[in-house]
Amino acid sequence: MKTVHVLSTAALLCATSLVATAADSGRIEKLRETGTLVLGHPESSVPFAYLDGNQKPVGYTVEICEAVAEKIKATLNLPKLEVRYNPTTSATRIPLLANGTIDLECGNTTNNIERHKLVSFAPTTFVAQVVLMARKDAGVDVNDPASFKGKTIAAQAGGQTFKLISMLNAQNNYGIQVAPAKDTGETFLMVQSGRAAGSANDDGLAYGAVASAKNPEDFIIGTKGLEMAPYGILQPKDDPAFKKVVDDAVIGLMKDGTVARLYDKYFNSPIPPRGINLKYPMSDALKRALANPTDSGDPEVYK
Amino acid sequence: MTYNWSWQVFLDTSSDGMNSFLHNLLVGAMWTLALALSALAFSFLFGCLLAVCRTAKSRPLNVLGSVYVEIFRNIPLLVQMFLWYFVLPEVLPPALGTAMKQMGQPWGQFFPALLCLSFYGTARVCEQIRAGIQSLPRGQAAAGTALGLTQVQVYRYVVLPEALRIVIAPLTSEIMGTIKYSSIALTIGLLELTGQARAMQEFSFHIFEAFTAATLGYLIINGVIVLAMRALERHYAVPGLIGSGVKAKL
Repeated sequence: MKTVHVLSTAALLCATSLVATAADSGRIEKLRETGTLVLGHPESSVPFAYLDGNQKPVGYTVEICEAVAEKIKATLNLPKLEVRYNPTTSATRIPLLANGTIDLECGNTTNNIERHKLVSFAPTTFVAQVVLMARKDAGVDVNDPASFKGKTIAAQAGGQTFKLISMLNAQNNYGIQVAPAKDTGETFLMVQSGRAAGSANDDGLAYGAVASAKNPEDFIIGTKGLEMAPYGILQPKDDPAFKKVVDDAVIGLMKDGTVARLYDKYFNSPIPPRGINLKYPMSDALKRALANPTDSGDPEVYK
Repeated sequence: MTYNWSWQVFLDTSSDGMNSFLHNLLVGAMWTLALALSALAFSFLFGCLLAVCRTAKSRPLNVLGSVYVEIFRNIPLLVQMFLWYFVLPEVLPPALGTAMKQMGQPWGQFFPALLCLSFYGTARVCEQIRAGIQSLPRGQAAAGTALGLTQVQVYRYVVLPEALRIVIAPLTSEIMGTIKYSSIALTIGLLELTGQARAMQEFSFHIFEAFTAATLGYLIINGVIVLAMRALERHYAVPGLIGSGVKAKL
């Protein structure tokens, strides 16, 4: 009986605190009051958001967010806007955004329609394609999932890639074993150690993982995309004023070429901390998305 | 905080495109139980043996027990999990290593996790039973010997039956602990309860609902264990020994 009482009290406390903060006005008020913008960022998503040699967050999306902060400061006529960083993981990004710890999440979050119920997305700044990656000696064709018959493909548990491979497998009776792994790093480890013949990943991350491997030439990445996955900066839901300011800033950066410049910086030239060059030219899908900015979560829009 | 609570999300189709999230969470809970209970069975069996080694009148056996316990108790569980999963297949003979790596789903993750939890649990259970054995008055073992029992018989018929009754309470904690430690298996990709909750939040973004469900799952499992172990404790309480007071209180 006592336990029930404690539980119900706890639930009640949660409920009241939710109601209390939900009534708060938007992020713009908060920015004016505090003079700080907090950017959430993953720590190991090369080259989107990761830590450089000095443990400072860097990356393609992080730099876009920093440029967005500059634009916000100008638009809102703020005397100063300090940018602070807060590391996030895939499990913490939604709660931290919802409770106001971070204002934007700058990483490699896929914009899909399902997620619009809980968050908003800024216009798409990267269009990933789901590709297969394998060791060269595995005897499979990375552009043809059928060649993995009877073998194992690793994919991130619960991720879009996992769903995609499972569905392709079920629809076409490929007879592939789909092995769940914790994250991109681990899917790669499973391929490297021979536990899986290949892995399914977003191409940007696959290039990042292979480029940072000890022997990058041992691996081969598919060129045929199995599905499109647009990435966008995460924004809090239901804050149209803030969304407009951020979206305008992102679109401005696309129009004035800043995004394209940052793309070259992170995908076509040596990047910190080890001076690796991903050598990954911009895809046509991304070129289209930068020319006609959209925050749609429908992969069809990007084809 | 602006967050869209939605309990209906449990009925939505999950990332495998076939089953609902609720179904997956239940399957996850089954794997948690399967993993933890089989690990506990091994831990208990080998824990008893090792506890005997640690308390027996034999220097080599004592050393063997201590070395085992200190190695497996002192290495963080997460590290052990990685060692069993990623390192063991590399140091085994190539044929065996490859066989281990090519094991089907989810056995390729289940067996390393089972090995890990069993070896770790053995060390912990051993220490608890050892404490139980050493809490017995010396006279018990001496009386057994005086009756003409051999060392093995003294342990089998006198020391262990008494020690095990004493350690039911700490063993209850150990069982509940193992249920919770089994969540570490998610780091090697076993989709047990926490793994499924994580997969669910990854896909649906409904993180609070997912982990609320996982929390409830653990609460229920461990609640049942507590009740069952209390009943066991009452049933086996020996008048005059520690633990018999429980009977009076309840």
